[in-house]
Amino acid sequence: MSVAPAHAAATAYDANRVWRDFPILTREVHGRPLVFLDSAASSQRPRSVIEAVDAYERLHHANVHRGVHQLSQEATAMFEHARARVRAFVNAASTREVIFTRGTTESINLVAQSYARTRLQPGDEILLTALEHHANIVPWQLVAEQTGAVIKVVPMDRRGVIDLESFADKLGSRTRIVACAHVSNALGTVLPVREITRLAHARGAVVLIDGAQAVPHQRVDLAKLDCDFYAFSAHKMYGPTGVGVLVGRESLLEAMPPWQGGGDMILTVSFEKTTYNELPFKFEAGTPNISGAVGLAAAIDYIETLGIDNIHAHEQRLLALATEKLTRVPGLSIIGTAPQKASVISFTIDGIHPHDLGTILDAEGVAVRTGHHCAMPVMEFFGVPATARASFACYSRESDIDALVAALGKAREVFG
Amino acid sequence: MDLKDLYREVILDHNRSPRLFGRLDPADSSADGHNPLCGDRLHVTLRLEGDRLSDLRFEGKGCAISVASASMMCEAVKGKRRDEIAHLYGEIHAVLTRHDAPVPEDLGKLAALSGVREFPVRVKCASLAWHTLNAALERSEQTVKTE
Repeated sequence: MSVAPAHAAATAYDANRVWRDFPILTREVHGRPLVFLDSAASSQRPRSVIEAVDAYERLHHANVHRGVHQLSQEATAMFEHARARVRAFVNAASTREVIFTRGTTESINLVAQSYARTRLQPGDEILLTALEHHANIVPWQLVAEQTGAVIKVVPMDRRGVIDLESFADKLGSRTRIVACAHVSNALGTVLPVREITRLAHARGAVVLIDGAQAVPHQRVDLAKLDCDFYAFSAHKMYGPTGVGVLVGRESLLEAMPPWQGGGDMILTVSFEKTTYNELPFKFEAGTPNISGAVGLAAAIDYIETLGIDNIHAHEQRLLALATEKLTRVPGLSIIGTAPQKASVISFTIDGIHPHDLGTILDAEGVAVRTGHHCAMPVMEFFGVPATARASFACYSRESDIDALVAALGKAREVFG
Repeated sequence: MDLKDLYREVILDHNRSPRLFGRLDPADSSADGHNPLCGDRLHVTLRLEGDRLSDLRFEGKGCAISVASASMMCEAVKGKRRDEIAHLYGEIHAVLTRHDAPVPEDLGKLAALSGVREFPVRVKCASLAWHTLNAALERSEQTVKTE
């Protein structure tokens, strides 16, 4: 039995080389080199993804699952190849469990409307956590209104940590669905989703995990996680916008009614009776985002070329470095200090509103997100109207952190 | 783009020490303003003597542009008649939104906000106070009408 050197691959990570794979990063903003620190909102695309989408559009496009002609067969093969790539990437049990959607938001709405709406009884509970993105709150509020179910919320502590004890506390005999983030978009907190799933299953609840902020940053193994539904988006993992994935347990998906009707999701239609197509097509009404799926497959190829574990190690190094450097900025407070974090840093600066920070940083070429990050309950909890957020990706470099710190100095200068 | 155009000294000053900050109680009318994009919230209370806005206050949280704009607005409209306020609003609206609009002499301090138009995403910050004031004035008018 041989043991591979643990850090051999990590030392080979060349962020400058990775940076050069992303054409947009070489552009200027307001006459300054772009420093892109908003990847948690949407990441940029490498040349290989842009070219894969371009090649599809130029050479292979036709509608899928329909024609017998050559182009339709090629497009279908590419679309289904993308599904197979997604399955392998997150280790789902079968391509029948991999449903293409418009994104994480649509994936969650699908589960809320097709799974939850048909099952929930008045008084049944949907358990969320205090750090959820609006996309993992509002769909459940809608279905709660429709069914009479009740929403319960697991609190977090001042670091932004959801601990298992308070989760277990809130888990009750009426809990039917647990929906939680894998990684918080606003705070960076990594949640113990495997243990959460285990506890929820022990009480007979079904678990949906919003993986939008996890999949680009760490290895996700759905066989190990054992959750019932897992949702994510292509555009946060170097792929195109407008395409995302819902992975669902096959036995649950089989029992769920379609949530949208149309072409592709049927086997036969007459005005008296329609029989639905098999999985996963039952949930993919209408012509899908074919080029988006092709781009997603190319993005997965790209991530695997770099190695998701190498990306993770690189980002964690940047997170530690940025945390250290930002902590030294006078008046700066980091919001979200969980011990387990993805490469996201939310912060505020005394006397400078995040919105003003955003404008000043932008004038320096530094792109950060400012606002409530679609997580208004999180802002409320920390007593701030908004934060600034810097987030790192595979192409982020140490020099980006220095540029951020310098731009924050400029903000202090402007505000005196 | 030049940050000095946006963050002029008078704006930074009004942000640091907002004028007419607080709440009138009792008040003849009030309104809340909210910019969900950035979380800015303002509350305006006012008193009227006939057609004249005899006194007003604002309170709330927001970026430097929204706070300074509210502070300067309160100073500018206090004691003015409704039609004078409407005229001023028309002028400031044009200055904020039209790239080529001349900056009228009678704007006084409010002219400092003209730099905002070079930063389109910030125009809403500067106009929030005015929309809130308009809402409070309209509400008082409706109250008058129903009486």
